[in-house]
Amino acid sequence: MTFSDLIVMAVSAILIQNVILQQFLGICPFLGVSGKRDSAVGMGLAVIVVITLASLTSWALYYLLLKPLGMQYMSTLVYILVIASLVQIVEMFLKKTIPALYRSLGIYLPLITTNCAVLGTAKNVIAKKFNFLETFVFSFATAVGFLFVIYIFSTLRSKIARGDIPKAFQGIPIALITAGILAMIFAKFGELII
Amino acid sequence: MNSKLQNLTKGFWAENPILISMLGLCPTLAITYKVENALGMGLAVLFVLVMSNLIISLIRHFVPDEIRIPVFIVVIATFVSVVEMVMEAFVPNLFARMSLFISLIVVNCIILGRAEAFASKHNWLDSVLDAVGMALGFTMVLVFISLIREALGTGSITIWGDLAINFNPNNSPFFSSFYVSPPAAFIVLGLILAGSKAITAAKEVKSK
Repeated sequence: MTFSDLIVMAVSAILIQNVILQQFLGICPFLGVSGKRDSAVGMGLAVIVVITLASLTSWALYYLLLKPLGMQYMSTLVYILVIASLVQIVEMFLKKTIPALYRSLGIYLPLITTNCAVLGTAKNVIAKKFNFLETFVFSFATAVGFLFVIYIFSTLRSKIARGDIPKAFQGIPIALITAGILAMIFAKFGELII
Repeated sequence: MNSKLQNLTKGFWAENPILISMLGLCPTLAITYKVENALGMGLAVLFVLVMSNLIISLIRHFVPDEIRIPVFIVVIATFVSVVEMVMEAFVPNLFARMSLFISLIVVNCIILGRAEAFASKHNWLDSVLDAVGMALGFTMVLVFISLIREALGTGSITIWGDLAINFNPNNSPFFSSFYVSPPAAFIVLGLILAGSKAITAAKEVKSK
């Protein structure tokens, strides 16, 4: 894969095949923490670190351990343990080395274990047969796409919260419909670029 | 006996995982473009939820409190791997379409939520009834959403390769492939959740 292919893959992972709006991964944190702009950015940054590290670690474990041993069927079990321990390690590392960052990201880290975008991306890079560099670019770009959409969405929701919304639509229902309109916009990026 | 029945039926409406608790929305959005997918996902969740609730309820006295979440996740991941292998062998086409979301049952909040909130505190029979009820409630909503989306999106419902019902003999423009596209997943689910909220609110007013 040439350099320009990598760029196209990154742009496509951020905008066209967006992890939230097109692949429906990570909907829980998307709806859960997008109420406030600061928490949305905090969650997004934490997700970038964890998705990138988890995909690279899972890639290495799959090709260096599971595949030579012929134990591909263990992948789901191995990945979820990798993710859970990785989240713990990142949490401890941040607490020791960058306490300021830990204070702002700390509360989002445990939530990431059950963020299906992390496990989904780790599974995707194996299914797409990426090499190590492609895995790095793809998982990083996927996570940037997550941050991008969750940030846009948090600004939209702070406007919506001030609107006069019928009672039944308040909260999650109106958020989902807004996300649907946002997804329509993102679906059109595909025609712009390719 | 009454409480046993209640353990089973509370998942259908009163504590429905999608409509009331709003859990497990990722697969709900992702796979409901086809009724077939919804049935497959529902069965997979039924198996994983029943087995994990059963095992977790049986081992609940031996698991130290501090490590219960990792233990639950390992139990759940084991049964998800079983489902993956069975589906790959017997329904390869269906599995190819939604293999990612079958593996993601591991991190589905419904399963871990029931393990933590119910199975770790109740005996095995109650836990199994709870699991069956929750999984059926989940499946019913999945099938309901996918019926709407597939019928409006393709004009027909196809299950296991047979054209079951054709709704659109005259090629009416009312049916549009928009309904099977990703944006429509969000909008249809948003409308359904709004509807369920309205019904719940109306019931509360009535009971007062």
